[in-house]
Amino acid sequence: MSTAESATATEQGRRTPGLVPVAETMRTAQRHAPESSPPAERPASTGPARAFWRLLGSELGLTFRRPRNLVMLGVLAAVPVIIGVALRAFGSGEEGMGGIIQAVAGNSLMLTFVSFSFLVLLLMPVAVSVVGGDSIAGEAGAGTLRYLLAAPAGRTRLLVVKYLNAAVYGYAVTAVVALSALVTGLLLFPTGPVTLLSGTTISMGEGLVRIAISVGYIGTAMAALAAVALALSTFTEVSIGAIAATMVLLIVCQVLRAIPELSSITPYLLPTKFTNFDAVLRSPIDFRALGDGLLAFGAYIGLFGSIAWARFSGKDITS
Amino acid sequence: MTTVTQEAGAPFGAAPPSGGVSGDEAIVTQGLTKQFRGGQIAVDALDLAVPRGSVFGFLGPNGSGKTTTIRMLLGLVSPTSGAYSVLGLPQARALPKVGALVEGPAFYPYLSGEANLMRFDAADPTAPRASARRRIAESLERVGLSAAAGKRYRNYSLGMRQRLAIAAALLGPRELLILDEPTNGLDPQGTREVRALVKEIAADGTTVFVSSHLLAEVEQMCTHAAIMRTGKLVAQGTIASLNGGLVARVRVETPDTADAARVLGTLGLADVRPAGGEVTAELGGHAPETINAALVGEGVAVRGLAVVRPSLEDVFVGLTGEGFDVDG
Repeated sequence: MSTAESATATEQGRRTPGLVPVAETMRTAQRHAPESSPPAERPASTGPARAFWRLLGSELGLTFRRPRNLVMLGVLAAVPVIIGVALRAFGSGEEGMGGIIQAVAGNSLMLTFVSFSFLVLLLMPVAVSVVGGDSIAGEAGAGTLRYLLAAPAGRTRLLVVKYLNAAVYGYAVTAVVALSALVTGLLLFPTGPVTLLSGTTISMGEGLVRIAISVGYIGTAMAALAAVALALSTFTEVSIGAIAATMVLLIVCQVLRAIPELSSITPYLLPTKFTNFDAVLRSPIDFRALGDGLLAFGAYIGLFGSIAWARFSGKDITS
Repeated sequence: MTTVTQEAGAPFGAAPPSGGVSGDEAIVTQGLTKQFRGGQIAVDALDLAVPRGSVFGFLGPNGSGKTTTIRMLLGLVSPTSGAYSVLGLPQARALPKVGALVEGPAFYPYLSGEANLMRFDAADPTAPRASARRRIAESLERVGLSAAAGKRYRNYSLGMRQRLAIAAALLGPRELLILDEPTNGLDPQGTREVRALVKEIAADGTTVFVSSHLLAEVEQMCTHAAIMRTGKLVAQGTIASLNGGLVARVRVETPDTADAARVLGTLGLADVRPAGGEVTAELGGHAPETINAALVGEGVAVRGLAVVRPSLEDVFVGLTGEGFDVDG
């Protein structure tokens, strides 16, 4: 049965171009509604855009069903809970606490910002590096890359899908941290107007808006890091190598930032911009700092995206 | 098996494609060359012509450049020089019509067989999503994996993995199937199944290009073959024309080698060679029974008489002067 079916499919595919069967011309000439021809596999029904979303959907499905990636999200979600519980349990009794801790103890929304400042420089980048670094190298190492490209997924198309997937994971990581911190904060600490770093007080609603802005900003920061990880991922067939290289790069950046003599290059290092999200805690919001950061993220995405493309589009796939 | 005295030299069989592409070929390569960065030349000026509808055996010892050629045809590796054409179409339009198995199966171990096929189907921009489930079910059934469709790939046996890879190659309507060592790692039963499947697919009009280092396998299932050695094409053509380049020999077992050699000589057989206990000669157009009658008539004690037809292995040995590396 399957044999007969595929035989007819081949026949249809082999029709001489330019020659239209008589029955078909007559149908068109008579302007009859076409007889209910089966809506069989017409390649035209699958537009390139639809096919692109299908591949991206498949990619996201793999990423967000993979236990490893879910565990990382879970760990990141647990950190704000631990911070919140710790502050609640030990924070109130002792004297001489730092300002930020006092701020959290005083308002539930502040836990989100505190969690971000704990996680944004190390743990969140680790999670994003794992997904970004694994993206091409992981497929190459498993040998599935050759079958994806022979399908043919298309090199540029696959690279764009891989990048969007890693970027979405970056935003997801940020959103998960924010959500977990928000829920923990609301459960453990008093709600009400928020006192900012500059001493001004804003309403709770505006506080939530500012959290949303910081999520967008940090998510984009993670997307920029994902571009770096993706670029490194195109250079190796060992995903742990690409992941480690991304991490090493981040740590080197942190070290360079700590050396005062090198302060002239500090503004160009990616992690320098990660912590700019505290601009939302000023009054009014320091949009200039946010804009600076976003510009840097855009530049990193452009630069490392190009490196990834230049490397991947001409690479010999021998794995 | 007989020893062959054919001198290594000019390839025989069909001539390589001479310039013009007629459109009757599923695969054409012209001067296709790949030199890797280390300087090693994996494929050297390859001129290949695979006729549409053929089952084409791509033969060569391990490391002779078969897989690199296949990777170039699939756009995975870019040639250093030379040209190739698959189905006469630009690569992006040809590949959806090509099913491929390259260097063994590779899948996501944490996904089921079915989910794996869905993943690779999603990668093909011309594959309609609406019919994906049906096509996946059909190709799984075709390779006999329906029962294991929901099982994780991690838990598949080697034979099941190989069959899943063939199922992936059969996901859409294909005009060309490229199978790189499809029977590697299969037990004799699995090998027979793959061979039957290839014949069935070819009967539908699909061109099958199958690489192998097993000469006997290619002889059994192919209509055409090309032989590679250290990156160079040694010969190509129909199986018959490749075998036809070497002549059948008659082998006479006898204690009277001198008499037997004389009789064979008077009968007009060429290249008569007596050796301890037996005499061999080119059969030519002679009927074995008349040779036997002549020998007996001359009083030669014939203990055995056999016609030895050359195999592809003999062709290879004759062309290269080397044995075919059969391990691996």
